[in-house]
Amino acid sequence: MNAFFTGIVGAFVEAAQELRIHRTRVLLSLVGVAVAVCALTVVVGAGAIAQQATVEISERFGGRPASLALQVNMADGTQPPKEMMDKAWADALDRYAISYASRNTQASQNVQFVDGVSMVQVQAVDPEFGPMRRILLDDGVWFADDDAQRLAPALVVNEVFWQRLGAPALNTNPTVTLLGADQNALGVVIGVYPTNMWDTEPAMYMLYDGYVALADTEAQANLWTEYSLWVPPEIAEELRVSLESDFSGALGEGATATVYRSDIGAQGQEDPFLAVKLVIGGIAGLVLVLGALGLVNISLVTLKQRIREIGVRRSFGATSGRIFFAVMMESVVGTIVAGAVGVVAAILIVRSPWLIEVLGQGMLTDLPPFPIEAAIIGMVAATAVGALAGLLPALVAVRVKVIDAIRF
Amino acid sequence: MSLIRLEQVTRTVELPDSDPLTILSGIDLEVSVGDRISVVGRSGSGKSTLLNVLGMLDSPSTGQMLFEGRPVSTFSSGQRDRIRGRDLGFIFQQFNLLQGRTALENVATPLLYATGRQFWQRDRIALEILDKVGLADRASSMPEQLSGGEQQRVAIARALVRGPRLILADEPTGALDIETGEQVMALLDEVAKESGAALVTITHDPKIAQLADTHYHLVGGVLSAVDQSVMT
Ligand SMILES: Nc1ncnc2c1ncn2[C@@H]1O[C@H](COP(=O)(O)OP(=O)(O)O)[C@@H](O)[C@H]1O
Ligand SMILES: [Mg+2]
Repeated sequence: MNAFFTGIVGAFVEAAQELRIHRTRVLLSLVGVAVAVCALTVVVGAGAIAQQATVEISERFGGRPASLALQVNMADGTQPPKEMMDKAWADALDRYAISYASRNTQASQNVQFVDGVSMVQVQAVDPEFGPMRRILLDDGVWFADDDAQRLAPALVVNEVFWQRLGAPALNTNPTVTLLGADQNALGVVIGVYPTNMWDTEPAMYMLYDGYVALADTEAQANLWTEYSLWVPPEIAEELRVSLESDFSGALGEGATATVYRSDIGAQGQEDPFLAVKLVIGGIAGLVLVLGALGLVNISLVTLKQRIREIGVRRSFGATSGRIFFAVMMESVVGTIVAGAVGVVAAILIVRSPWLIEVLGQGMLTDLPPFPIEAAIIGMVAATAVGALAGLLPALVAVRVKVIDAIRF
Repeated sequence: MSLIRLEQVTRTVELPDSDPLTILSGIDLEVSVGDRISVVGRSGSGKSTLLNVLGMLDSPSTGQMLFEGRPVSTFSSGQRDRIRGRDLGFIFQQFNLLQGRTALENVATPLLYATGRQFWQRDRIALEILDKVGLADRASSMPEQLSGGEQQRVAIARALVRGPRLILADEPTGALDIETGEQVMALLDEVAKESGAALVTITHDPKIAQLADTHYHLVGGVLSAVDQSVMT
């Protein structure tokens, strides 16, 4: 064990000495390896970010896998009475022990700002809607279950809205007046979410029940509610069928319930950067091979001089395994260092705000951390190239006949 | 105590278009702990081949070689490598210092193949032994910055650094002028004596051979003991 350990450390020391002696030539071919590893890592890393952006964007619209959407139509095309629907909905969630489900309706609401009244897009949802649609906040918190009990309705507003309020600190519980038909209400801003690149209008989320309480009769009558659920993908299909028949039954004659997977759009999406990735990846692979050839070349050129050295080392007790390992290590130590440099450079590139903006299509709120697998792929590629480049010289080195090597 | 024993060892090489060449024939030789042996012979007489056999770098074609009483032919190549590293030290005519490495790194190289304290404290141990050959102040010099005599002293330190039981020196003064050669040989003799290692010196210089206790002649691959009284 001890011998094994000192053997490994010893081979490293030998390899490092060897690299030091041939540093200029080694450095040149390692630059190639570093560049290639960097390119490879950028491709994988940037790809992961682009992927994340694509997934996030489609999930924000269609929900995460598996999301179900429920629609119930009466014979005349209207929605069933709200009370009936609410009861059937609550029963179904209960029966199937569904923990992520939300009603969702879009409407508009007049809001009093300092500079006048504005019509604000409002999306009225249940608290579970946040995690279901990956809603991420710049500041503050999303709705909690007990927010429904508040007298002053809680609001999660977009950045435009918040700026219009004068960007108040959320811990001061900033309020805003919501103009109703009969009476006004005071909303409390509890969270701020980032605005999409193209959004210039104020918008906000409210809790569904809170919004309904505030809406006038006409608005209530026009309410069009979407019902969505987020369930484990394994049970999605079974549940879909059960829910359809349950709702059709619960709402009586003339009611048709349709339940469908709304997240399908998020799946099977083609990677929009696939072609770019393949091209850059291919070039990186080519540069990597060239770097490797450079290393092989250096090793073979210096091998002549080293045949004597290897003989001398053998006379001091170096086993052939050790010689093999040490020669191999020279390439590997070099490419590992080059790989690390390449990976660090790649992280800096991928983390640059410019690239994130491009890849995230301006909509990325949940910037994924630099994908660890990209760094691993970069390092593995570097090590593998080093090992491959070291293999040939190492095989030549162990075939050296000691007595011929030290004969003079 | 017998370290190495050769019994009727021959060494032949196959040549492509002619009969096999016999380099060594019928060699009987015993090297014991603390022995100081010289082998004198002309160029081409097979001295280096004999030394390579003793150092397990080469194998006898026929005959038997024993290391501490055990037949070397039964050892695996890894075992031979380890014995070579632990118990043998080589000194070459051309010094054979590793280029691009400092004197200290050269002396520490054999310790890279050691384990435990010898491995982890290799620089300290190497410096101590460099001091013994009077070159502590040249520890960071490269081989080409050293004179021939200094290079051979570095090589002596390198051969001794793992505390071998047998030092094999192949014409250690062959590349040095007479005076330097004698100084270096005296140093080698002294440090070997001090460390208790046996020393086999191959040379064509009778004056160098005189430092040994037991003397052999190698003529055409045949080894014969030299009667002490005939010398001087
Ligand atoms: N592998 C070999 N193939 C052919 N001839 C060899 C080989 N090894 C040694 N010889 C020959 O054997 C003789 C003895 O060589 P060597 O032991 O190096 O002599 P020395 O060291 O006494 O000068 C030389 O003539 C040399 O050319
Ligand atoms: Mg010779």
